[in-house]
Amino acid sequence: MSRPTKFDEKSIAGKELSVEEHTELLVIGAGPAGLSAAIDAAGRGLSVVLVDENPVPFTTMGNEVPLHYGQGMSGVARNRNAMMEALIASEPLIEAAFEAGVDVRLGTACWGLYGRSESTRWLPGMVAGLADEERGWLIGAEHVIVAAGRRDMGLGFPGWDKPGVMGATAAMSLARFGALAPRRVVLLGTSAEALDAAGALMKAGVEIAAIVEQAAAPVGPTEMVASLRVAGCEILTGHVVREALGRETVEGVAVCAVGEIGQPTAEERHIACDGVVLAVGVTPVIDLVAALGADVAFQQARGGYAPVVDADQRTSVRDVFAVGDSAGIWPAKTRDRLVSEREGRRAVAAILSDRGVASDDMSIDAVGPDSPTYDLSAYRIGWVRASVVEARAAFHVCQCEEVTAREILEVRPPRYLDWQAERRNDRSLSSLLGEGPPNPDQVKRLTRAGMGPCQGRRCREQVAALLALQVATPLASIPLAGYRAPVRPLTLAISSQLPEAPEQALHWDVWFGIHPQWRPYWEVPEFYTVATNDAAAPAASE
Amino acid sequence: MSEISGASVVIVGGGVTGLSAGWWLAQSGVDVLVIEKGIVGWEASGRNGGGCTHMQSPLFLEEQRLWPMMDELLGYPTEFMPHRIRIAATEEQLVLYSRGIATSRQHGYRYELLDGKQLRELVPLAGEDIAGAYYYHFGGHANPHRTVQAYAWAMQDHGGRLFQNCAVTGFRTEGGRVTGVKTERGVFGCDQLLIAAGPHTGRFSAMLGQEVPVAIARAEMIVTEPLPLMAHTGVDGNGLYGRQTLRGNLAYGGGPHEWLELPDADAPAKPSTPLMNHIGRRLLEMMPRAAQVRIIRSWAGIIENTPDGRPVIDRLSTFPNVVVATMSSVGFGLSPASGHAIRDLIVDGACGFADISSFRLGRFDKLEPDWRELQGWNALAMEEIA
Repeated sequence: MSRPTKFDEKSIAGKELSVEEHTELLVIGAGPAGLSAAIDAAGRGLSVVLVDENPVPFTTMGNEVPLHYGQGMSGVARNRNAMMEALIASEPLIEAAFEAGVDVRLGTACWGLYGRSESTRWLPGMVAGLADEERGWLIGAEHVIVAAGRRDMGLGFPGWDKPGVMGATAAMSLARFGALAPRRVVLLGTSAEALDAAGALMKAGVEIAAIVEQAAAPVGPTEMVASLRVAGCEILTGHVVREALGRETVEGVAVCAVGEIGQPTAEERHIACDGVVLAVGVTPVIDLVAALGADVAFQQARGGYAPVVDADQRTSVRDVFAVGDSAGIWPAKTRDRLVSEREGRRAVAAILSDRGVASDDMSIDAVGPDSPTYDLSAYRIGWVRASVVEARAAFHVCQCEEVTAREILEVRPPRYLDWQAERRNDRSLSSLLGEGPPNPDQVKRLTRAGMGPCQGRRCREQVAALLALQVATPLASIPLAGYRAPVRPLTLAISSQLPEAPEQALHWDVWFGIHPQWRPYWEVPEFYTVATNDAAAPAASE
Repeated sequence: MSEISGASVVIVGGGVTGLSAGWWLAQSGVDVLVIEKGIVGWEASGRNGGGCTHMQSPLFLEEQRLWPMMDELLGYPTEFMPHRIRIAATEEQLVLYSRGIATSRQHGYRYELLDGKQLRELVPLAGEDIAGAYYYHFGGHANPHRTVQAYAWAMQDHGGRLFQNCAVTGFRTEGGRVTGVKTERGVFGCDQLLIAAGPHTGRFSAMLGQEVPVAIARAEMIVTEPLPLMAHTGVDGNGLYGRQTLRGNLAYGGGPHEWLELPDADAPAKPSTPLMNHIGRRLLEMMPRAAQVRIIRSWAGIIENTPDGRPVIDRLSTFPNVVVATMSSVGFGLSPASGHAIRDLIVDGACGFADISSFRLGRFDKLEPDWRELQGWNALAMEEIA
């Protein structure tokens, strides 16, 4: 294809992206999958950079990024050195990765993943945005393995904004660092992942005051339920948390039994605790791959929206692989880290094959997800119905933007607009938004639910379940609310460190820089041709 | 193909231009129906800076007249905030920005030049070390998401109909007239047709024998976490357009665009790129006190431009009952007025409040066929993409 002879100087053509460093393989996430991949690849001679945002700075945790920490950090989380030591001590493969020659960068977050596509042809190839506490920069990579782990579905009830209400993944992460403040918690949920979290927290010395389950029976493996009962855990099925009690922080919860459709039926009971751990749903962290534009789909066997991967863990973007929990979560993977490790190694084998290097690891068996033993969509919707819809008082489902369930379902303008003239309060969500399933992004734009600084981490699954409930459709038919870079909030101070091409600075314009666009209308000639266009003086776009 | 209950006027495209036209028509008692392939305002109409200050346009006076009334007229909030401040960080920008604003004097609008100290009283995040800042005693900003939905709801309040998630596949013609719009759901009969399909306006008009020349491009914006509201929120400059939203976020865009090829039917994917950081850099230069403010999203939009960057609102010569409308990348702010102009053209036969002869399609009659190449508006080569 012959290149056109002329380029619009105001366009991106010819503006080179400044990429600070390059590596053959970038691995994002130093869990079992990412570490195994990095070690394997380094062993086969690839240059490997491995980044992990842990230990996450205290202030970032305070902003509920990247997990729902619920202000449950103890003072230890402020001590960066102690956190770093605890991280390395808690995962032997980190040491092994250093020894294998992997360029390990802890405390380094990946906030964006970019690649060439039909609509982004100017990019030089796969590029990732990295940042630590002081600096931001771009790294180019020939191959990327995303091993970004898991995240918790939020679940609201009155008082769920009190410090001490947190996600199970966040609680386990803090426990791993010895930085978890609550000592006696009520845990919500009975999936294999929830029961695993209960066991891990007990092992870390946390007392499980009760496990609360809205369904009539636990949904996780019976042997896990049995061993927790043996360990003395009370499991309250057919129950929800009505309210988190306490003046400033969580001091207890009120629980009550619920009927078949989540309605409260019996008297309340109070349980003293200093933490509430939300384990009603864990879901793959897909923000980077989704923002990149790789295919994602709701996959019940993988814990919700997950990247579409092939047997090599390859996503729809050829050079990007997803492994470990970020590729899908199921009981066998939760209980045995070897499943994740194998995924990491399979991805490396495929990369070696792409590079024309023979691999003796091609025989690593693909282990697919377990068959689901319960209806994940109905289960999560059940929780939202019992806890959020049937709540005895209004509360903010989206804590950042302070939006209630009712405001979401009525698609109300945000309260700061103080909008009085509402003609359409009587209309249903579907008549407001049109045919087809309600789109969380449309609801977000109008109500602001999910638009805040926590980037929707605490409310996105709840909002989806609310919409699904309202129009009586399964979660799979509710579109995914979009993910956008930066997938970690990035200060202007750090963002502005990224250099730009001198040509870009020279030709920077507010808008397209089309001269005739801005001349007064009374000066527009009768005919426009490129040859006779005389609007050449500098013009500022409006 | 099944016939679905059509309308007197069918509008292809549920963006800001098509919906405003639909609202104006419905208010006039016209039976109107908007067909949208996705969700209303999902493309460029919902992805822009929200600026309402376009003195180069014949629709400027109507734009200025209508915006302060739009909340009331529509019955839904648009978040319109009057007046604009434009910061010039350098002497060069000061001169550049004076050119556009000079046009406003022709219409009798007032502006003044602020120094750094005066600016800081209105925009506390700004630096004092600036060349100057223009305070426009006109213009303003609104919230694109909310405004697009307001048009749709207001149109429906007046009896207009909206079909979302319904892609147009072609047109039914009879005796020199378009009599129906073919969609994946069936045919919608019509007496008159408005094509306001943004990037697809060229493709649809070509199907009817007279192509509106447009090229499409991708452009990007960023938004920060919310901050306390500044005394004046409608502030931009230093190479950026945008505003502080009424929620308090800083939402800005600017910089180089990427020319693209239009895929056949679908909306092109629109990933964002690390250009985000270069927008952030200019925002920080303009508001040095915002250093610790965090960017929480960036996004890209796809926008069409005509060869001279000016709108087309005109009837097709091939099918006189068809009006085509593209605002050529400057559609949001002018939308209250563009809808009015389109309504006039369809109902009265001519725009009754402004001279829109500069929007004629015929101005491209002598256009070079290879105008895109000549202007360098081509997509970059694809060969290296896997």
